[in-house]
Amino acid sequence: MIQKIKKLPICLIICLTIVNIGIQAQDVADNSQCLKCHGQVFYEYHNEWTDQVDRKPLNPFHHIDSVKLHSSVHKMFACVDCHSMEYETFPHSGELRLEEKYQCMDCHGGDDTFAKYNFEGIEAAFMESVHYKKSDERFNCWMCHDAHGYELALREDKPIVEVVSASNGMCLSCHDNKFKYGLLSDEEPSDIAMIHSWLPNQARHFNKVRCVDCHTKVQSDILIAHNILPKEEAVNDCVQCHSSNSVLMESLYAHRAKESRAESGFLNAVVLNEGYIIGANRNKVLNYVSIGLFGLVIFGLLVHLVLRLILIKKK
Amino acid sequence: MSAKLYLYPIWVRVWHVLNAVFFLVLLVSGLSMQYSNPDVPLLPFNVAVTSHNVAGLGLFIIYLCFLILFVFTSNRKHYKIEFKGLFGRLMTQMRYYIFGVFKGEKPPFPALEEAKFNPLQQVTYVAVLFVLYPILIITGLPLMFPEFIIDDFFGIGGTLLTALLHATAGFLASLFLVIHLYFATMGARFFSNYKSIVNGYHELH
Repeated sequence: MIQKIKKLPICLIICLTIVNIGIQAQDVADNSQCLKCHGQVFYEYHNEWTDQVDRKPLNPFHHIDSVKLHSSVHKMFACVDCHSMEYETFPHSGELRLEEKYQCMDCHGGDDTFAKYNFEGIEAAFMESVHYKKSDERFNCWMCHDAHGYELALREDKPIVEVVSASNGMCLSCHDNKFKYGLLSDEEPSDIAMIHSWLPNQARHFNKVRCVDCHTKVQSDILIAHNILPKEEAVNDCVQCHSSNSVLMESLYAHRAKESRAESGFLNAVVLNEGYIIGANRNKVLNYVSIGLFGLVIFGLLVHLVLRLILIKKK
Repeated sequence: MSAKLYLYPIWVRVWHVLNAVFFLVLLVSGLSMQYSNPDVPLLPFNVAVTSHNVAGLGLFIIYLCFLILFVFTSNRKHYKIEFKGLFGRLMTQMRYYIFGVFKGEKPPFPALEEAKFNPLQQVTYVAVLFVLYPILIITGLPLMFPEFIIDDFFGIGGTLLTALLHATAGFLASLFLVIHLYFATMGARFFSNYKSIVNGYHELH
């Protein structure tokens, strides 16, 4: 009897864990059949012609990171919700590679659920971007936003370092990857560190600021600007960020800037939660105190000097 | 012609002039960065950053040289504070600056070969060179390499804390500079102390 009572907490934990897994699993579609191959580096199948089991490397462009998929914004969708039902048959028909893919706007456009994110505004800005214009309209959302692993960072209020890492990861997935870059260009991508060699504390900037903060035209009606500018038009004047009217307040920190910024006495105080930008972060009280102290010292010394000069003249 | 004492050897004068140049560059570039304004830039931001870094490193190197020469020369005797009766001596010196100087009194602690600084100078120079400078250097070097600064220090951003300390120490050092420049006019004649730091000879009152 005592032993049974001792086992009770263990049973309770196991039950709660199973229930929890069950609740979580409700949100995640069962794509195990597809991931048997597409979630692996190598896949195996029974070759009916040779009656042998073949083991082949999966095309890396067709590999799906199942962990990322299960935590992504699209985790509730079955693969065949977006891809043809015919993919359920193996081997897949060769014609399926000609299948037209869904675009973001096919689901997100004209839907009141997403109205506040202004996907139409995002699309319009994207169509003005250098990506779209320079690629003969071959550039699409999926080239940056991994449909099989996209996670929200900024909207989820994640730490700025994570927001920056996720955002810059999207840019670097092409601009630091000659294979993916090659999908649109015959040239190799430029060395990111080299073309940004003018930027002091480069590593710090790359960890704390998104590429799009300098390489887009900021728009107030969308959360993240999508009008990627030609490189010649990117921000390269330090004071556009390092000043009291920092452009970062309209981009990276825009959604948080609404929080009280005056309470701490600092200008652009929202940055101080996770960083510090010289020129942009100033403390009004300390400014006044320092100007006052400096003024008093100068005034005192001037009075002393004038009195000395008067007395010297008298003598 | 008043009597002269050779108080400032060549290395002190060279250190002093380099110190002054680096300090002025740091002050102007530091103010320019802290109050950067795209419409009225004191210095272009990238120029301010580069010159602040170069002058900061320069100041750090000559400070190390100063410390080495401080240890190995007799110059250190001028910075040795005699705490016994210090408060009284400070009051006497302050009274001279506030009242005595207007009455034409002689300085209570004239420069001597054994003690070139008056008590107020001595305490101030020790505070600047051995408290303020180390704070400026200890906070300035990490700001040059901010990746080494911890992100969070008991809930306060590490970079913010370091920058605040650095700016505060810089502000106090700039106050010292202004006061130092003014009090240097209180030698035997208005510019005699300025000449002293060039030729090494201190003109007595």
